[in-house]
Amino acid sequence: MSVAVPGAGTEKHEHGHGSPPGSNYWNAEKGLWSWLTTVDHKRIGIMYLISTLIAFSLGGFFALLLRLELLTPRKTIMSPAMYNQAFTLHGAIMVFLFIIPSIPGALGNFFLPIMIGAKDVAFPKLNLLSLYLYWTGALFTLGSLVAGGLETGWTFYVPYSSTTSGAVIMVTFGVFVAGFSSILTGLNFIVTIHKLRAPGVSWYRLPLFLWATYSTSVVQILATPVLAITLLLLIFERAFHIGIFDPALGGDAVLFQHFFWFYSHPAVYIMILPGFGLISELIAVHAKRKIFGYKAIAFSSVAIALIGFLVWGHHMFVAGQSEMAATIFSFLTFLVAIPTGVKLFNWISTLWRSSITYSTPMVYAIAFLFLFAIGGLTGLFLGMLAVDVHLHDTYFVVAHFHYVMMGGTVFAFVGALHHWWPKITGRMFNEKLGRISGIVMFIGFNMTFFTQFILGSRGMPRRYYNYLDQFQPLHQFSTVGSWVIGLAFLIVLYNLATSLKSGAKAPDNPWGGMSLEWQTETPPPTENFRVTPKVTHGPYDYSNDPNATGASDS
Amino acid sequence: MTGPKIDIGSFWLPKQSSTIAPSIDFAWDVVLWTCIIFFFLLMVPTFYFVVKYKRKKETEVTSAIDHSTKIEVVWTVLPLVILIALFFVGLAPWVNASVAPANAIEVQVTAQKWNWSFRYPNGTTSPGKLVVPKGKPVRLVMSATDVLHSFWVPEFRVKQDAIPGVYTSLWFEATQLGTYTVQCTEYCGGPEGDVAPDKPGGHSDMLATVEVVDEQKYKDFLESGGEDKSIPIAERGKKLFQQWGCNACHSLDGSKLAGPTFKGLFGREEELADGSKVKVDENYLKESILVPTAKVVKGYPPIMPVFQGQLKDPQIEAIIAFVKEQK
Ligand code: HEC
Ligand SMILES: [Cu+2]
Repeated sequence: MSVAVPGAGTEKHEHGHGSPPGSNYWNAEKGLWSWLTTVDHKRIGIMYLISTLIAFSLGGFFALLLRLELLTPRKTIMSPAMYNQAFTLHGAIMVFLFIIPSIPGALGNFFLPIMIGAKDVAFPKLNLLSLYLYWTGALFTLGSLVAGGLETGWTFYVPYSSTTSGAVIMVTFGVFVAGFSSILTGLNFIVTIHKLRAPGVSWYRLPLFLWATYSTSVVQILATPVLAITLLLLIFERAFHIGIFDPALGGDAVLFQHFFWFYSHPAVYIMILPGFGLISELIAVHAKRKIFGYKAIAFSSVAIALIGFLVWGHHMFVAGQSEMAATIFSFLTFLVAIPTGVKLFNWISTLWRSSITYSTPMVYAIAFLFLFAIGGLTGLFLGMLAVDVHLHDTYFVVAHFHYVMMGGTVFAFVGALHHWWPKITGRMFNEKLGRISGIVMFIGFNMTFFTQFILGSRGMPRRYYNYLDQFQPLHQFSTVGSWVIGLAFLIVLYNLATSLKSGAKAPDNPWGGMSLEWQTETPPPTENFRVTPKVTHGPYDYSNDPNATGASDS
Repeated sequence: MTGPKIDIGSFWLPKQSSTIAPSIDFAWDVVLWTCIIFFFLLMVPTFYFVVKYKRKKETEVTSAIDHSTKIEVVWTVLPLVILIALFFVGLAPWVNASVAPANAIEVQVTAQKWNWSFRYPNGTTSPGKLVVPKGKPVRLVMSATDVLHSFWVPEFRVKQDAIPGVYTSLWFEATQLGTYTVQCTEYCGGPEGDVAPDKPGGHSDMLATVEVVDEQKYKDFLESGGEDKSIPIAERGKKLFQQWGCNACHSLDGSKLAGPTFKGLFGREEELADGSKVKVDENYLKESILVPTAKVVKGYPPIMPVFQGQLKDPQIEAIIAFVKEQK
């Protein structure tokens, strides 16, 4: 039954077949050096997890500072210069150092090879290089904190960014380097999915998380180089005054926006598609039901990835692009809503005639459906030309993308972290505390961000240090909400951290999942499977086997 | 409440105060209700299923139905139709808002850190305050001198970026008398270092006012050159002295710049380039400002720009009052 898998390509493994029984990836080797030089995708995933969570804490810290400053319409705790730096770093850290690398880097790295029955990714050393590139990029980006700061906003719009005295070159270089990490990870995942699937893992037996990861990887490879070129040009503009973007040098300021959004809109899908993938896993496993519309969900990821390349101009409806261009971008933007809607419909249908546990991951998944529905639907307001003119660059937009990025991706991420925590660490967390964290986070999130829809449509522009007195009550409510979110994350942190010490030992398959990661030991051995699995059914075939305790490696 | 403010018209939106606002709000209402309906279409089944299919025992058998072509076609095509409809609903008012009527009054808008200035066809320049007649279309032709800015009047539902090196434009026709607030909506930085709590914070204080007035007041405004009579006259003169860049060539402390100092100017006996002498009085000052070459001061090149046609009488008076104070 055991058919040899191409394993980890041509890379030589110190721990190939047959690591000693009882050993796992945690204890296979010891010491910091063994981690820093590892090529084990699981260990790399763990290091990504820790790094991106640190980035998230830092970004979140800045967010709380911003909200605190906005408690009053005038100065509350910081100067305008500090405020401008805080929102720039909040955005840049959350986008480039947390949300883009987090799910692919941490959960993708850890689970992608396991979910296809492989021993590792196709290029394990390249994988380690990705991590080091990410760290290098992060160091440069955060280095700006001590090197004069950055106050351009995470979008680096010229001519502001080409003329300010802030540490623009340092941060853009950091983002540039981190971009290569993203490209290489995407490349690695694509090759891995193509080449290293275990016997029986056909394309239509791939867990939906992998379809989403695959689509994301395609976008990462195709779009990130454009960001790299754009940032490089910006660096040249500042260093050598080449005159491509700065009107004072004969350049075109709007050209920069085209370049920037040509990457950064597809990047929105780099940020959300992996979250979509996670939700499919959470819902199917915790409702123990065959996923409804597997193919529709899979191909909608691909469709979103492709159409996502053609809508960047919707960020520029009032930026002086031609009316014709704006009209076309508006139309195409509406088309993205179709595959997105299809996903929501299919997830909800998967709940139909299912068997739902109110487990922590499910609480987060349901919260996701609620919040993402709002995030997606409010996108329609912004796609409508006449309405967007009013809403552009207001808190309405801030609320919209937080509903998508945080209500969507972050909720999916935290849910999936709980979902896979037992598999990763071998420990169970406290279920009750987990559920409470989800509910508290949901409440805090809506307090913080639903308020901002109202602020925005009533006339509150974004990136404002001072604001009109009339907006104070709503701003205060939003700030209180941010404290509730902060509390929720403290609960999550406490719960997960204490589980490491005092949590019950996790069984191999605590939720009764069907996909491959549940069929191996907890925590997995270095080579993932002691015996190469041979797969005979799909990842969600629950109704074939109501007991669902996994028999896929028979 | 004092200070700038936005009049709120409904729960979500500011008061409608331009001719295009109602059609834009119609688009808003359409998309709002579409979204509310869809939200419930999604969430009612979700929570119904979550309650109804709560797991009662571990061995529950769940449905094996994993697709239905019929329903999948429905939930793809139906939203597609609705989305295309929404696109057109959003397009129509926007097309309207994009094409200014031919008879629109054209005002040049210059945006720079962190103020707006408005210049009328007759040369009147009004910093920080846009005065427009009610019921007449106004077209703003905008540019920026330093970085990107964006002009937004929430009650008018118009917004447009001002970009260095390019002219962009927007138009509106105000339907209600009153005062409105312009907010800059494209981030443009702030002052360096710390500032006092009540001091402007840069981008967020790049505000201006729009005053919608009747036809007669608008005419008066144009004739007066936009002077605000409630401010003491010498103070207005000082503002103009800075706004019009006189301070680049004229000092107030006696030092010699490109032009003579204003310190002790009024009443002085001035020697001209042709050797004749003249006593500095109101008439001489007025002439020197409007047509500087008529009487050139000895020892200075005739480089002062001509302000004839740009500065209006009330402004000249204000400047003269200011000069008189420089003893
Ligand atoms: C480019 C430099 C420049 C600017 C800008 C400028 N001036 Fe002058 N101004 C001069 C020079 C040079 C003279 C002396 C030569 C002359 O009389 O033409 C002068 C002369 C004058 C005089 C006569 C002074 C005397 O000693 O008799 C007055 C009054 C005056 N300027 C007012 C103004 C005002 C008001 C403004 C702004 C609205 C202004 N100037 C802007 C260069 C300038
Ligand atoms: Cu976008």
